[in-house]
Amino acid sequence: MTEELLRMRGITKSFPGVTALREVELSVRRGEIHGVCGENGAGKSTLMKILSGVHPHGSYDGEIEFDGRPRAFTGIRDSEAVGIVIIHQELALVPQLSIAENLFLGNEKARRGVIDWNRTNHAAQRHLRRVGLRENPTTAAGELGVGKQQLVEIAKALSKQVRLLILDEPTAALNDDDSAHLLGLLRGLREDGITCVVISHKLNEITAIADTVTILRDGRTVETLDVAVDAVTEERLIAGMVGRDLEHRFPPRDPVAPGEEVLRIEDWTVHSPANPDRRVVDRATLSLREGEVVGLAGLMGAGRTELAMSVFGRSFGVNVSGRVLKHGREIDVRTVRSAIRNGIAYVSEDRKRYGLNLVADVKRNVSAAGLGSLARGGWVDEHEEFRVAQRFRDRLRIKAPDVLAPTHTLSGGNQQKVVLAKWMFTEPEVLILDEPTRGVDVGAKYEIYTIVNSLAAQGKAVLVISSELPELLGLCDRIYALSAGRITGELSRAEATQERLMHLMTQEVGS
Amino acid sequence: MSLDVEPRSGVDAPLGTPRRSRINLRQSGIYVAFALIVVLFAILTNGKLLQPGNISNIVVQNSYVLILAIGMMLVIISGHIDLSVGSVVAVTGAICAVLTVNLGLPWWLAVLATLGAGALIGAAQGYWIAYFGIPAFIVTLGGMLVFRALTLTVLGNQGIGPFPNEIGTLANGFTGGYLGNVGLGPLGGADVVSLLAGILVVAGFATAQWRSRQARRGYGQAVDPVPLFAAKILFAAVVVLFVVVQLARFHNLPWVLVLLAVLALGYSLMASRTVFGRHVYAVGGNLQAATLSGVRVKPVTFWVFVNMGVLAALAGVIFAGRLNQAGPTAGNAFELDAIAAAFIGGAAVQGGVGKVVGAITGGLIMGVINNGMSLISAPSENVMLVKGLILLVAVAFDIWTKRRSGTVRLS
Repeated sequence: MTEELLRMRGITKSFPGVTALREVELSVRRGEIHGVCGENGAGKSTLMKILSGVHPHGSYDGEIEFDGRPRAFTGIRDSEAVGIVIIHQELALVPQLSIAENLFLGNEKARRGVIDWNRTNHAAQRHLRRVGLRENPTTAAGELGVGKQQLVEIAKALSKQVRLLILDEPTAALNDDDSAHLLGLLRGLREDGITCVVISHKLNEITAIADTVTILRDGRTVETLDVAVDAVTEERLIAGMVGRDLEHRFPPRDPVAPGEEVLRIEDWTVHSPANPDRRVVDRATLSLREGEVVGLAGLMGAGRTELAMSVFGRSFGVNVSGRVLKHGREIDVRTVRSAIRNGIAYVSEDRKRYGLNLVADVKRNVSAAGLGSLARGGWVDEHEEFRVAQRFRDRLRIKAPDVLAPTHTLSGGNQQKVVLAKWMFTEPEVLILDEPTRGVDVGAKYEIYTIVNSLAAQGKAVLVISSELPELLGLCDRIYALSAGRITGELSRAEATQERLMHLMTQEVGS
Repeated sequence: MSLDVEPRSGVDAPLGTPRRSRINLRQSGIYVAFALIVVLFAILTNGKLLQPGNISNIVVQNSYVLILAIGMMLVIISGHIDLSVGSVVAVTGAICAVLTVNLGLPWWLAVLATLGAGALIGAAQGYWIAYFGIPAFIVTLGGMLVFRALTLTVLGNQGIGPFPNEIGTLANGFTGGYLGNVGLGPLGGADVVSLLAGILVVAGFATAQWRSRQARRGYGQAVDPVPLFAAKILFAAVVVLFVVVQLARFHNLPWVLVLLAVLALGYSLMASRTVFGRHVYAVGGNLQAATLSGVRVKPVTFWVFVNMGVLAALAGVIFAGRLNQAGPTAGNAFELDAIAAAFIGGAAVQGGVGKVVGAITGGLIMGVINNGMSLISAPSENVMLVKGLILLVAVAFDIWTKRRSGTVRLS
């Protein structure tokens, strides 16, 4: 039996109202590439944050053993000191600094506080050669493409005498060539005796390079597969990731005869503001009907939010093209105001950043988007505003001492209901709900599902974007799958299964 | 101590936090602090602080800072800052002087034109901030230098004056004794108009508070119990009537006080009751959320700065009128007083929070400290020291209460 480098035992981690991890086990052998997979929200990132000390010892239950000794990391510095380095999905390079400066940031090659540039650049060159990056160390990191930045990050890890390298979705933003190079590099590192943990949604990559795969689901370890022993195929992984437990987490939803088409998005193309050549949404066409709850499934980075926000007043992206039709007539959605006026509402995935004015009270948040209807000649009817807020509080069962409570004092689920109330008050015909239950506890989730059902019952068209496939299956009449900006399929409630969706969502689309 | 004052029906059981915690320190602390400071200086100065002439002085001497503080409060609520107001006071004072003294325009036309100039100045800065996206700190830092330079260009090294009498009266003068005097026994004669105005203000305040209390009860909201409510009204009434009686015994009401009262009321209503005012809070509270709620954030920011320009011009006219000449150093460091007033008065550093009344209270706190310390002949460096520390303590208190309330989560 090969010796273990890392063992995490019985890891349990709770956030207010949510248990993110429950008794998770992870065991990594010396010198292997260990894949970790699971749906969004399965707990992968939380687990890695615990391992790297971002969630310090004491904030979780369970034990970490590294290199045969129990460890209690209280910060990233502790874990890096023993050779654990994590490379996050969002790269953490300072774009204005040179490659060499980035490599040794926080770890400068200096003598009495004065940086020795010769030594810095030489050492940088050596590390860059190791990862196969032929760039001048004095080049600014921001001038490199994402793939090369990724390599700089790995070089940075190597410069820290890394023993366990953790990569979170390393190829999510890379094209095929860069991905292939990266995977080759990881194999090379394995030869050099560096142990890697790779978190990835791209199951074909996991099956291609991993020696062992651990699957997480809903904050638990489902199983650990050994590639040498088990037959690890993508199907096998998907089966493990999605599980089969769809209990009574959803209010009953009777299939309804869909009404007329309310909204149609046609040939919608959006380019990335960071990289105007890249299409984040690629000729997407979807249609929403009266009284229908439609799902939009896709992995992180597939372009779900980008699609929604670009439709809602061009709030995302550049070079947006395509048409939006309501009841067959093209409408103007170029500004948020015109989108609202045309009966579209968008509940964003990040309520704290995009949804709420946290310092303001419930009442003012509820009225924020529909203030015009409460005002006459520019003056707000405060009494009516009060009544409106109170009505929504009672109807959506928002738990707040009263409508004058500041929204930052509410729990996630109640904050989400405030955002829903804000948009319901604008009396839209189409609601786009982006991750409506993110960071919301189970009970509040059920209530939110009930709200969604009642909106549909009122004849509204609802588009639900979610990373949680069970949620889409439990809630929607019809589901679109999005992969790399393209609609790769459309399944009715009867046809849809997690497996089929996952296949569509991971489907490679040639450019 | 937790007491549910009004029973509320048809609602989920209230959560574990004591309701009374929402008489919140952050909102009312400022008024308590103000009262304490007044009492402290009244004792230190053997009552001189509250003499009729001195109260009048405090109002007149601080009027321009208070006017600036109103505008600054809105700027800070919207999430910005304006460093240029001191220089704008100077340049608009100079413009007013040129229009009246050099060009001989009638006083009212000159004042209107000066306010217009202030609006243009605000629009110029607001354009760069709102539509061009340059941080307000930079734009107004530039404005601070530019408008000071323009002042010096117009005035050279000397002042222009004297102003027409009307402008002096607006800045320094008092309302006439239109209805004569009335004897107040041992207090001597007092102006009837002033007393009536005071009574009117108290009555208006009490009525407004009562109606809002009734309305809230109607929605099943918790309200203060009657004794507490009455005590608050009574306290406010005593304070207002005391000030008015003292003023009435002195020289009647200063015109700037009338002006300030109108501005305070008008801007308070504007901030809390109009769509524009709400949008200012929304933009400062969360710019992205406001944008995604359909608020036109750029025009909102723009008009906040236009408004600041107009108020700065008004302060410029009053300051110049008070000195009876427009001088090249007018308005020096006024921006700092205005900003300090807003923050002492409860503005949040990140924006989105604050009240017009708070800014005025903050300005008065500094005014009373200035005045009180000069009455006990404290050296000016000590005045600065105290004001600096008060500012620090006020903002530290704000952040402390926020951090504390941030940890309170209801689930």
